[in-house]
Order: sequence, then structure tokens, then C-alpha cells
Amino acid sequence: MIEFILNDRKIRTDKPSGLPLLDFIRYEQSLTGTKIGCREGDCGACNVLVGHLQDGQMKYLPITSCLTPIGNVQGKQVVTVEGLNMEDLSPVQQYMVDEAGTQCGFCTVGFIVSLTGYCLSHSTPDYKAAIAAIDGNICRCTGYKSIERAARHITNALAGKDTRETVDWLVERKFIPPYFKEIPNMLQTIGAENGGQKNGVLVGGGTDLYVQKHDQLLDREVDLVANHPNWRFITIKNGVCTLGGATTVTDVQESDALQTLFPRLTQHLKLVASSPIRNISTLAGNFVNASPIGDLTAFFLALNAKIELTEDDKSRTIFLKDFYKGYKDLDKTKGENITAISFIIPPANSHFNLEKVSKRIHLDIASVNTAAQIIVESGVIADAHISAGGVGPTPIYLKDTCAFLMGKPLTPELIRAAIDVLQSEISPISDVRGSENYKRLLLRQLFYAHFIKLFPNQISLEVLA
Amino acid sequence: MKNIDSKGHVTGKSIYLDDIPTIQGTLYGVVFGSPVAHGHIDAVDYSKALAMPGVIRIITHKDIPGENQIGGIIPDEPLFATNEVHFQGQPIALIIAESDHLASEARKCIELKISEKEIIVDPRVAQQKGELIQPPRTFALGDTEKAWAKCVHVFQGKADTNGQEHLYIETQGAYAVPMENGNIRISSSTQGPTAVQRTTAWVLGVGMHKIEVDVVRLGGGFGGKEDQATPWAVMAALGAQLLNKPIKVVLNRMDDMRMTGKRHPYSSDYKIGLSEDLKIIAYEATFFQNAGAAADLSPAVMERTLFHATNAYFVPNVQVTAYSCKTNLPPNTAFRGFGGPQGMFVIESALAHAAHELNVPTYVLQKKNLLKNGDEFPYGQIAADVGLQHIWSDMESKFDIQAVEKRIRAFNANHSDQKKGFSLMPVTFGISFTKTPMNQARALVHIYSDGSVGVSTGAVEMGQGVNTKMLQIAAQMFSLDPERVKLESTNTTRVANTSPSAASATSDLNGKALQKACNALLERLKQSAADHFGVSPGDIELKNEQVYSQGKATSMSWNQLVDMAFLQRICLTENGHYATPIINFDKTKEKGHPFAYHVHGLALTEVSIDCIRGVYEFDAVKIVHDFGKTMNPSVDIGQIEGGLVQGIGWMTMEELNYDNQGRLRSNSLSAYKIPDIYSVPKEVLIEALETDGNDMAILKSKAVGEPPLMYGIGAYFAIENAIRAFNPSFISTFDAPFTHEKVLLALYNHYGILENSKTGIRSSLSGNADVRIAQ
Repeated sequence: MIEFILNDRKIRTDKPSGLPLLDFIRYEQSLTGTKIGCREGDCGACNVLVGHLQDGQMKYLPITSCLTPIGNVQGKQVVTVEGLNMEDLSPVQQYMVDEAGTQCGFCTVGFIVSLTGYCLSHSTPDYKAAIAAIDGNICRCTGYKSIERAARHITNALAGKDTRETVDWLVERKFIPPYFKEIPNMLQTIGAENGGQKNGVLVGGGTDLYVQKHDQLLDREVDLVANHPNWRFITIKNGVCTLGGATTVTDVQESDALQTLFPRLTQHLKLVASSPIRNISTLAGNFVNASPIGDLTAFFLALNAKIELTEDDKSRTIFLKDFYKGYKDLDKTKGENITAISFIIPPANSHFNLEKVSKRIHLDIASVNTAAQIIVESGVIADAHISAGGVGPTPIYLKDTCAFLMGKPLTPELIRAAIDVLQSEISPISDVRGSENYKRLLLRQLFYAHFIKLFPNQISLEVLA
Repeated sequence: MKNIDSKGHVTGKSIYLDDIPTIQGTLYGVVFGSPVAHGHIDAVDYSKALAMPGVIRIITHKDIPGENQIGGIIPDEPLFATNEVHFQGQPIALIIAESDHLASEARKCIELKISEKEIIVDPRVAQQKGELIQPPRTFALGDTEKAWAKCVHVFQGKADTNGQEHLYIETQGAYAVPMENGNIRISSSTQGPTAVQRTTAWVLGVGMHKIEVDVVRLGGGFGGKEDQATPWAVMAALGAQLLNKPIKVVLNRMDDMRMTGKRHPYSSDYKIGLSEDLKIIAYEATFFQNAGAAADLSPAVMERTLFHATNAYFVPNVQVTAYSCKTNLPPNTAFRGFGGPQGMFVIESALAHAAHELNVPTYVLQKKNLLKNGDEFPYGQIAADVGLQHIWSDMESKFDIQAVEKRIRAFNANHSDQKKGFSLMPVTFGISFTKTPMNQARALVHIYSDGSVGVSTGAVEMGQGVNTKMLQIAAQMFSLDPERVKLESTNTTRVANTSPSAASATSDLNGKALQKACNALLERLKQSAADHFGVSPGDIELKNEQVYSQGKATSMSWNQLVDMAFLQRICLTENGHYATPIINFDKTKEKGHPFAYHVHGLALTEVSIDCIRGVYEFDAVKIVHDFGKTMNPSVDIGQIEGGLVQGIGWMTMEELNYDNQGRLRSNSLSAYKIPDIYSVPKEVLIEALETDGNDMAILKSKAVGEPPLMYGIGAYFAIENAIRAFNPSFISTFDAPFTHEKVLLALYNHYGILENSKTGIRSSLSGNADVRIAQ
């Protein structure tokens, strides 16, 4: 039995935990405001908010309901547009009307939900955050300019928002209906236990499994780990950072500790998927998916991270770079799961960078991605860990290139000379994300970009060209 | 007035096809399409699929009581394949089951034996093999043969544009419900209700009167639901006829992308000749249109390419020829611009080519050759109401082209890893269906006895705001509170024999019909009031729901007038009919006056390229547009912004990718990217040309649906301009879209990849398995 709150109503259902939330909302509950656009998390037409209690406050995150097994909302509140409607339009709705932010209207509800999620966040209103909130919403009609104008008005209307008692503040100004204030009490009456079943397929965020196999999961029970504290944590101890396998990208992004370690973390992760996907997609999922272009894989490869593989009560730890044996071929038994990821905290003089280029800059799968962790001491490269994705059958740790760089003075000549080594350890193929030649050229450029960005005084495009 | 649907949209209460409450017993259809692009069907075994739980029936060509034919212009496309398949995804059968999921599961169990045949994906190859949809057509003016001798500069080359996926967010779908006496009611997400009705009747072997098609609204169309919404509706209706059950067919995204046609890819050759003072003396072009496996709307799309081959320029000697080439891709179809953009890209490429060779800014050539009133188009119409010079000078005075150029030059001189570029893109687009008989429409208006009004037209609402404009017309003519007017769904039983909502002409045609209906009703009501007050009808006015006689308010309200008229047994219903006057076109001579009027405009596009990574962003697009007298600025500006971004998408990131087996590789939203909020121009400024408007346009408010898409073409040439600032040896290839890949390769052509000649032919990429269409 799965229990959660749908808008203001308690739901108890015996539907299988693998049923996508979207189907439950539309076809079981006849709440047809939530639309089906792509069923792969790429359009945002099915976005809903999921709220849970955190430190005594409701925290709301937009997610794509098409990729979310219903078991994952056990013990939470799900908000659809029907749960946002009041007698009069909310300011979010009203500004979208005023600025003609809606034409055919099919994507509109997704925007309303995402923008309301932005209002519900506990941070200070900021236009850029408003736009970031709709980075996973695709509109084919408006060209977005009218939606940008609406987002600006909404941000202005949030001036002075109480970032602690946010729900009360928003209720008072009719951004959301009053029942939102009752939700914390209602949630207390629902168990937060796991909504899945142990014998099912293991599902984290579902952002890959539900794209590939939703038709095989919709009538099944699934084993869910996304809400399990043993699977979802970030700790730093004795100079080592450890993250649970089901830690989401948003968890990483919002971690103060990681923000301190990687000052450009937000910019880096902005290139990874979209907000609603980052809210549910997990690190381990990105690793085991074994896509040659996993963005987080590239990120953690450059940290020379290790992963903990667990089956029942047996665990072993290996380097992430050794995890990949060939295309979709992993050093992992069928029963093993990635339970944790760990990396040694880079020293203070270490520099980190992530680069990614795709057909569309945001919300797209990389043509090529690469991350680099580099330490330069007295003008000499003391340590280098560089990864690359999209240039071979697996994500690659560029060991030859790293070895070539080590111990040599950082000069434009060295960087140029490293390209031959780099090209010799990759094997890109031509596919829908680009030709082989392009990927080779692009990786060279992104390799240059690491040094141009991290060492602007020594390296520039002009001296490399 | 804001879009009347917007309140429903922001609350999620607007109803789309899949939101219609289903009737108990509804069954679901999933289409089984061909896995190969060309072949002979040797055998199909449905037995395992039929044995799956919940599967009710599998419908094939054998079950069709009428004609197995859905071709609109040319009858060359079966609803279900019989012995041969001609494209991947071509429907072979419809699986009907108790749920969508069960039908999809059953589909996996169908066993098909096919003998594969030779696959053609390249239109030039098709043309060489004589695989044409119809004979080629040529538009000509003057004599190009003689003119070349007079040209001081002559340039020739090749220019290609890839196709474009419509990517309406609502996929194709229909819901057919059997009614009594063998009648069927179809709800369809279609731009062409009459096409659905006519084709369904044909396939089901019944009269059109047995088929009712109702459309509330579309979650986007863009041309993709003009003709290609039909097969799914016909299939649903066929299922309903055979099983006497309601049948719903809604395509999932991958089926939709795989099975439906798109904007036509084109490969074209051009030759342009200029005088000493840079006037275009002669222009020739040959267009190879990749039509796909059946005609669909390709002949009409091809025709519009010819109409717009010279875009906004006057050329005294023109010869342009187009081939509609039959390939093994899904039949390509209408898409905003309808062949016009493909034609315009070629002459813009020719001008850019000439400008580079002559080392002058392209805009100098563009400006020198702008069309003027009295100039003759290659198809014989004389340009009137042009205003391009006025538009250009507005652009200069409001946005200062030379200052932009100077600023960009200064930026480029000071930045080594980032370069800016700009372009100008004039647009002249003809308004009317080029097939003259289609330029007719009807509107049915009821004034109810309480004074409220119901309006039905042939227009389909798909986000373009046509219903809002219709409501404005009715409310304004009756001087009523808009709340008292309702726009009804588009329904073939209320308004029959309609043209599809397309060609930017929907508001003009239906709006003028509506005006006629309202006028006839007003005449009768005014007569009634005049009789009552003992004055002449000319003395009666209606203002704010009050009757005025000889300029003074009377005690009679609108409601009272309506009530009185009703009691006097005056007809309070009217059907207005409009057929665009003047227009004509003689295909035997390829001359005539096909357009009611033209829409003109000019866009200035500014781009920044990151020369390290080969990615770019658009800093600004500044537009001067000829709205006429816009009747709804909010709706019209939305059309410009949306059309522009769609055009930019076509020119930049939207890369349709079929392999040489005719398999769509860009078959999902993760592989086919359309603009997101971060990829649109940072600034879009729109200035309205000051004009008196055109009487052929509804309330002098010119059509606005398609023309703005072509402003997006400027994106391609702005990127080119910026690349040249980084890599002066760059040689243009004129093969849109300008993806990040092409930009990076162009920036670093020393990498040995762009060994192209002046003809712009791009060498094949070694090891590249992709066959990019139209290259």
C-alpha cells in the first residue's frame, strides 16, 4: 500500500510501486492538467512538485512525473496544477496570462508548476533562479521571451519573501491555496517507510530506467532506494568525502561542503540535465548506466574517486576508473550495487574544472565532456587527473595524458604536446552527437579550455593556437 | 485582449485530445509500422500478438471497406501498406487492445518477413533516377540566358537546408466514437478537420455526412497536423466502425517522430549575376526537394519555394526550377513557412557568397536590391504596398546598423577567444493559399434570445490566437462585452468544407467570413430597431450593448433589441461566406496574382561565438515588422517571438538525422534538440512599421503566423559572419543547420575537415556513418 498526499487529499493505493506517477495522476485520478509530452524527462510538461518535511519546513522540488515510480512519493506531498488553483489566478498564473506566456498551452502547466516551485523555495528571490527553475521546461510556441517577462514580474512580486515561513508568506499573498499550511500535520499521519518492495528491480531516481524501460516497470513492484538515509548522505571525515549511492545531483549542488571545495560547482552542474532531473537523478545511477558520456562520471573520474560495491553484507571498494571494462561492461556482479562514492579532498592548491559541449548547451547529452583536477607547484604540474566522455566506449580516465603532464613545467608547448598523447588514448565514433573528427577536435579544445580557465596567466587560446 | 484560452491554460483546465473523458468500453490503438525503409512484405504473422491478453483485433489493409488511400493532393499513399513499404514507420496495421500498454506489448510480438529493396534518402539521387513526385516546375522572368552576358560578377554554388521536426508538445492523436446509424464522431488534434472527414469517409466507404469531426484545440501544430493528423483519425474511425466501440489512438513521442513527416530538407544549386553597381541582373536556382515516400503536401510546398525564391529582392531575369524528389523517408509535409524558408535560404546564400567574394558587407547587396512597388515578381504579380525601403530606413534609424557593425568590429579586435557577428534578414512572404480555390471560409453566428452569441468558424485554435481574434471581431461588431461571446469548437457539422488552418491566412479568411455574418445580422437588427423608432437603419448604432438612434442613446438595450427581433421572427442566425477576391494563378503559364498581399520585415541578428568550444549565443535580434494595423499586439508579438525562435532552432541546433537506411536517429527529445530558455536571443526587440494596413487583411491587421520564422535565417549568416572574424580563410558551405559541430570545424578548418570548393560542396567526414539528408 502506498500512501501520500496528492494536493490536499490523502491517497492510499495498491497500485504497483513501479507505476509512473504521471499515469497515476492522469489516468487514475483524472487530473489532466499534467501533460504527457515526451515520457523521457526532456520537456517538463509533466512536472509536478514533490514536498517533504525537512527540518520542520516543507521543502518542495519539481520533478518529472513520467520518470518517477509512484513508490518514490510514499510519505510525501505531490502538487499538481489542480492543487495550485484558487478562485482567482495566483500571481504566477496571472503574470503568465498578462505577458502572453502561453500560446497553445500544452507546456504551460509545467511552467506554472516549476515557477511555483521557485516561489516555494527557501532562498531569496532572484530572476536567475526563476529561469533556472524552468530550465527543464520546453515550449515550442512562445520563444520564451514572454515567459522571461513573466518570470521577472513573479520575482518582483516575491520581494520581501519570508525565506523561513515561506508557505505562510505565500498563502497570505495568494500564491498558493491555504491548505498548504495543513500539509506538515497531514504528513505526520503518513508513514515515510519505503514505498517499494525488496524483490523488485532496484530503482534510484528512475531517470534512466524509466526512459529505457517504463513499459516493463509500470505494472511491477520496484525496490526503491532514493529515500533511504543509508543510500543518501554526504559526509567528510579524515580528509575523505563520502557520498551515498542514491545522493542526487541536487544534493551535491546544495551541499555547503562541496560548494566550498568546488567554487564553480553550480556552474558545472548547470550543464548537467535540468533542475527536475537533477532533483531525482542519482550518482550511482549515472555510474552504472555506463554511458560513455555520463557527466557525473566525468566529474568523479577527475577526482579519482572510489566506489563501494555491496551485495548483501559484503562490500568491496574499487577506483571508479577501474569500474569500466568495455561498452556497458562493468566490474560488477549482478547482485552488487554501488552504495557509496568517496574521494580524497583535493588540497587547497588544487584546481578543478568541468567542460561539456552538446548540441544544445543546456539540458542535453554531451557530444564530449571532460573534467580536470590539476595541481601546479612552482610552475610544475604536480598532479593531474583528467577524464573524458563521448570519446570511447566508456567514460575514460586519461591516464597517459595525465602521466605525460606530471612533473613537467606548465607551458603552452606542454599543453600542445599533450594533444598527441590525448588523441592516442581515445577512440570516438561518429554518431548522432557528432562525427569522430569533431569529437577529436572538440576534446582538444576542451582540454585547452581547462588550462585557459584554470591558468589564465600562463595559458590562453592565442598562445595555444 | 489577451488570448481567451490563457486562463484555461494556466490552470490546466483547457482540454486537449487526451484529456477528453473516455467513454466506458473505450479501446486503444497502437500503430505497427514498417521496420525497414523500402521492401516487399512477404509475410506477417499476427498470431502471437492476437493471443496476448487484452488484444481485441489487429486491423490491416484487408479490413478497409472503402479505399485504402489517404493522399490529399495525389492519391499515392495507402492508409496501411499492402505489399510494399516505402519508409520506416509506414503503418502496416493497427493493434487494438484494452489499453495502450497492452497494445504496445502485442506490437512486439508481430513477426514480419520483408524483402528489402534499394533505399534512397538523397533527393539528388532520386532526381537522377527519375524518382519524382510530379514533373518539375519552372518560374521565369526576363531571360537569364541573355542576361549572364550583361553581368560583371557571376557566382554559383550549392546551398542546403536540413529538415525540421515540428515537435508540437502534444503528439498526434484522435478519438473516434461510434454513434447511431453507422455515424462516427471523431475528436481529432488536426489543423484540417475537413481533410480528416473527407479521408475517413473515403476509407470507410461512407458519405462525408456520416463523419463528424470536432476540434477543440491543438497542443501545437506548426503544419505538422495539417495533413498528417489524418491517418490516426482514420484508423481510430475504422476501428470504431469495425468494432462499434470508441477507439483512441494517441502516438507516443517516438512513434510520432518516426512515423510523421517533417519540414522538407532541400539541396539546391544557385547562380547569381550582378552588375558593376551590385544590382542583381540574373538569378537561377534548382531546388531538389526531399519529399519522402509520398506526395502529401510536397507539390504545394515546392510551389511556394518557387514563389519565394527571390525573397525580398527584385531580379529582372529569373529562372528557378524545382524537383519534388521521391525518397524512402516519411512523407515530408507542411511546416511554418511551407517551402518559402527553403527558397529564401538559397538566395540569401547566393548574396552572402557574392558579398564575400566582392568583399562588401552582405547587407549592402541586400539593401541595393530590395523590392519596390511596381516591381514584377517572377510569377507575374506586381509588388504593391511593399514598404521595404521604409522598413530598412526604420532599421537604420532605430537600431543603427552601422553602429552595430562598428561595435562588433571593435569587440572582435579586442577579443581573441570570442567573436561576434551580425546579419540582416529581409523577408517578403505572400499571403493566401497558393491554390486559389482554398481561399474561402465560412462562419456561423447564432445570437441567442438572451443576447449572448455563439460563433463557429472553420479556424482551428492551436495557440496562434485565432479564436481570440474571432471573438474580438464578433464582440467589436456587435459592441458586446467579450464575455458574452463564445467561440465554439471547430466542427464539420457546423462549418463544412473548410480549408485547413494554415498559410497564415486563417484569421483573414475566417475573420472576413465572420464579419459578413455579423454584418448581415446587424443589418436585420438595425432594420428592426429602425422600424421601432421610426428612423432609417442608417440612423441606428449599437454601442456598449445599447441601441443608439441618430447619435443618441435610446432606452433599448442590446438584449431588448434581440428579444424584440426574436419575437418578430427575425432570423438570429447567419452563415457568412468569404472568398478572397482578385487572386488567381494560371499553372500552365506559371503566372498570375496568387497572393492577396505580402508581409514584409527585416531582422538584425547579433551572435557571439566562443571560439574555444565552438558554441554560440545570440545577443540580440532586432526586428522591424509590417503588422499592418495589428488587431492584437499581444498575440501578434507572440507569433513573431515564437516564429523567430523556431526559425533560429531550424538554423542552429535542430539537426534531423536519418541514416542511409532511412532510419531516424534523432528520434526522441534527447537526440533532437529544440531551443530551451537558455538558447534564445538575450534580447528581442520588435518595432512595428508605421503603415495604413491593407484592406485585404482582417481589420487591416496583416497575417503574422509564418513570416517571422524566416527572420531566423539571419542566425545562420550571423554565425558565418562571426566565424570569419576568427578564421578569415573560412569558406562558406551554406548547409544549415549551423550546429556547434559545424561551427567548431569551421573555426579550425586547418584540421583538414572542410576541404570544400567554392561550390560549397562539403567533403564527407571520414569514418562518419551518418548520412545527413540534403548534403
